[in-house]
Amino acid sequence: MSDILSAAVSIAFHGVAFAMVLYLISVGLSVTMGLMGFVNLAHGVFAAAGGYVMTTLFNDYGVPFAFAVAIAAIAVGAASVILERTLYRRLYGGDELDQVLMTIALVFISVAGAKYIWGSEQAPMHPPALLAGHVDLLGREFPTYRTFVIVAGVVLVTLLWLGLDRTRLGAKIRAAVDNRRMAQSVGINTSGLFSFTFALGTGLAALGGALGAELLPVFPGYALDNLLLFLIVVSVGGLGTIRGPFFAALLLGVADTAFKYALPQFGSFFIYALTLAILLVRPKGLFGQIGRA
Amino acid sequence: MSEAALETRGLDRSFGALQVTRGVNFRLEPGARHALIGPNGAGKTTFVNLVTGALKPSAGQILLGGADITALAQEQRVRRGLARTFQINTLFRGLSVLENVCLAVGEHRGLAGGLFRPAGAHREVLMSAYALLERLRLADDANRLVRELPYGRQRLVEIAVALGLEPHVLLLDEPAAGVPSAESGIIIDVIESLPTDLALLIIEHDMDLVFRLARRITVLVQGAILTEGTPPEIAADPRVREVYLGERTGH
Amino acid sequence: MSDTPASSLAAAAPPPIRDAKLPEGVRLLARRHRLRWYEGLPWLIAIGGYFLFPDYLSLGAQVFIAILFALATDLILGYAGVITLGQAAFFGAGAYACGLLSAHGWTEPLSLLVVAAAAAALVGFLSGFVILRTTGLTQLMLTLIVAVMLQEAANKASTVTGGANGLQGMVISPILGVFDFDLYGHVAYIYCLILLFLGWVLIRTLVHSPFGRTLTGIRESEARMHAIGSPVFRRRLTAYVISAAVCGVAGALLAETTTLVALDSLSFDRSGAVVIMLIVGGLGRLYGAFVGVPIYMIAADRFSTADPTYWYFWIGVFLLLIVLFARGGIVGLIERAVRLVRK
Repeated sequence: MSDILSAAVSIAFHGVAFAMVLYLISVGLSVTMGLMGFVNLAHGVFAAAGGYVMTTLFNDYGVPFAFAVAIAAIAVGAASVILERTLYRRLYGGDELDQVLMTIALVFISVAGAKYIWGSEQAPMHPPALLAGHVDLLGREFPTYRTFVIVAGVVLVTLLWLGLDRTRLGAKIRAAVDNRRMAQSVGINTSGLFSFTFALGTGLAALGGALGAELLPVFPGYALDNLLLFLIVVSVGGLGTIRGPFFAALLLGVADTAFKYALPQFGSFFIYALTLAILLVRPKGLFGQIGRA
Repeated sequence: MSEAALETRGLDRSFGALQVTRGVNFRLEPGARHALIGPNGAGKTTFVNLVTGALKPSAGQILLGGADITALAQEQRVRRGLARTFQINTLFRGLSVLENVCLAVGEHRGLAGGLFRPAGAHREVLMSAYALLERLRLADDANRLVRELPYGRQRLVEIAVALGLEPHVLLLDEPAAGVPSAESGIIIDVIESLPTDLALLIIEHDMDLVFRLARRITVLVQGAILTEGTPPEIAADPRVREVYLGERTGH
Repeated sequence: MSDTPASSLAAAAPPPIRDAKLPEGVRLLARRHRLRWYEGLPWLIAIGGYFLFPDYLSLGAQVFIAILFALATDLILGYAGVITLGQAAFFGAGAYACGLLSAHGWTEPLSLLVVAAAAAALVGFLSGFVILRTTGLTQLMLTLIVAVMLQEAANKASTVTGGANGLQGMVISPILGVFDFDLYGHVAYIYCLILLFLGWVLIRTLVHSPFGRTLTGIRESEARMHAIGSPVFRRRLTAYVISAAVCGVAGALLAETTTLVALDSLSFDRSGAVVIMLIVGGLGRLYGAFVGVPIYMIAADRFSTADPTYWYFWIGVFLLLIVLFARGGIVGLIERAVRLVRK
């Protein structure tokens, strides 16, 4: 009996850590999809970029861990605005297939670029000394780094939700996500808002990619290999929602960990089946709104 | 009492806390020339969407020719003789004018699902569609792509597509909207020459058009019917004038 | 004019009219389905290839299979406008259905094609039923998921499917009892060419049929289609299932001509490649498949000898350029050029 309990706690722990990373990466995708109506399959590229920048700064240049993560997030977020203004902007409101193709093209280019710059090996991820090892919680040992990921995740998500709920900027973003056309007619500067939200989303993705480098290994094919996972999180959560992907990430993170533990011979099959089942019943996702303007 | 061509009973629709349609009891008689007017945001297009099935009501009933269609999907209502035009042109922009109308005619004749005979071989569909174009003086543009046409002509195509369905009840959502006044003449001509047994409901802002074409007017304000009557009655109603005081200025 | 009842709104059905008597405005539409001279070109080239390139017949057969796959995909992607990155699900379903039966004693090739089509159609029907109720990103993701699920299943059920090593032990009897697959690909070439021809006839007929035109209508404006009484979901699902069935035949052809079925028949690479082939050739233009497939396969072959990293880079750049500047693909460019010349 205590074995099952022990296993359950372990699954919950690792599942939640995974979920935090998934959410940080995916929330940006959900918001940009809802805000700009843009199918961005290249979202994973920014997460990978975050992972690469962080590990390079940390391992090769001895930058302290916290700074490396912060710089990675900010740098990637800022740089993404260039992409947004030059490429993405041209296809806003355009044909969905165009957006799919353009972003897939970006993924391909990034895969080649990553391989060229960093080689085909996985980016090495060794937690800094402070976060290495194990920590004692309630009489059990948990890996320190993953505990840190959970704590950091909770803090960041709280900050994000508070920021979106309590600030004027957050209100503008939420309004624009809910009804783009109406927001424009009310006088919200959608162009600047788009750029900012895009940067926020990619910055968060980079943050998630950096923090989660231990859970989701960073390698050239990252954006392609994990694409389906991110898409599942936002679709199940509900495109264009901010809280939806959180619960979807929790559900999927824990379920995936549980399935891999209990039925490893089936691989990810059950996660896919679960996704199909959820979308069969609720095609707009768990929290997706019906009848958006 | 004869059956209404179209009727709604207690029609309600809410978006969360916002109620956009309140208890609307509406009757459209066979052969009617009926206009639905009201200030912006009154819920006129919402009403059309509810009636056509593009939107589900929160409560209430919709009857077409006496039969309850509330639970029917959009396409089923169309097959029972209900057609509409959209406030903003909703056409197959990459297809030719003729083909746009052919698609409607084909659906109406039940030929659109055919898998093997080429579409072009259905001469009767093509000729019927072409005849419609001739009536609306669009024949010269038959093979031009819709997106190449000026907006006013596209509006005509929008009407042609609806007519291709040979409806018993036709809902025109602001047919002259966005059309320069020089070109709106033919739209008026077309509406005036519609069959007498067709029940017509027009949503319009242009009061000149409304008073010219309508025999009966319903005024919708904030989702509920304010009043209903003949054009003289409505023109004389002080409540209506009050509602429109801000709307009258500037076209 | 204003007293005419609704029933005579549209002209009464006239007796059948000969082409010359049709009003000019109607003639174009009435004759669009007629065969044009250039439509014979691909077949002439293919037949010529048999005699001119006897060393490349096996490759030729593979090209025909890929074109068939692309044609079927074009029906759903180019004409119906359903964005899919999971067509390999149907290709692989057909391949594995064929392979599994063949490895267990059912070796008659033509009937295997029928079974493969049925198996793929079933996958298409079940998945389409769920997928076509969704839109946008969710829909795209679901197409991916179905293919990945099948791939996972095929991978993990390795005792049955051979898993990552591929399905072994396939045996294919001679076609019609007479034509046995030979080492040089003579039979495979003609076999695949004939099936490509039949597939082309089917897809072309569908595209020009009223059904096909409604698919284009659905792609152009779904709202309008609903508003003219079109059963949109049913039409899309039908297209999806037909497309799946033909993809399944293509997969089975691959299995039969190589007597091997591997996991790559269900891979994202395959799904992505067929979409890219169509983009390069031109979507929704029927012949985009004929143009895009050979070009892609030649390019892929060239780059696979070099470092595959460059392949990803250049394909990415190329795709980007097409999206930004040449959305109609090569056939689109040809159409534009023809229009300019005509002026």
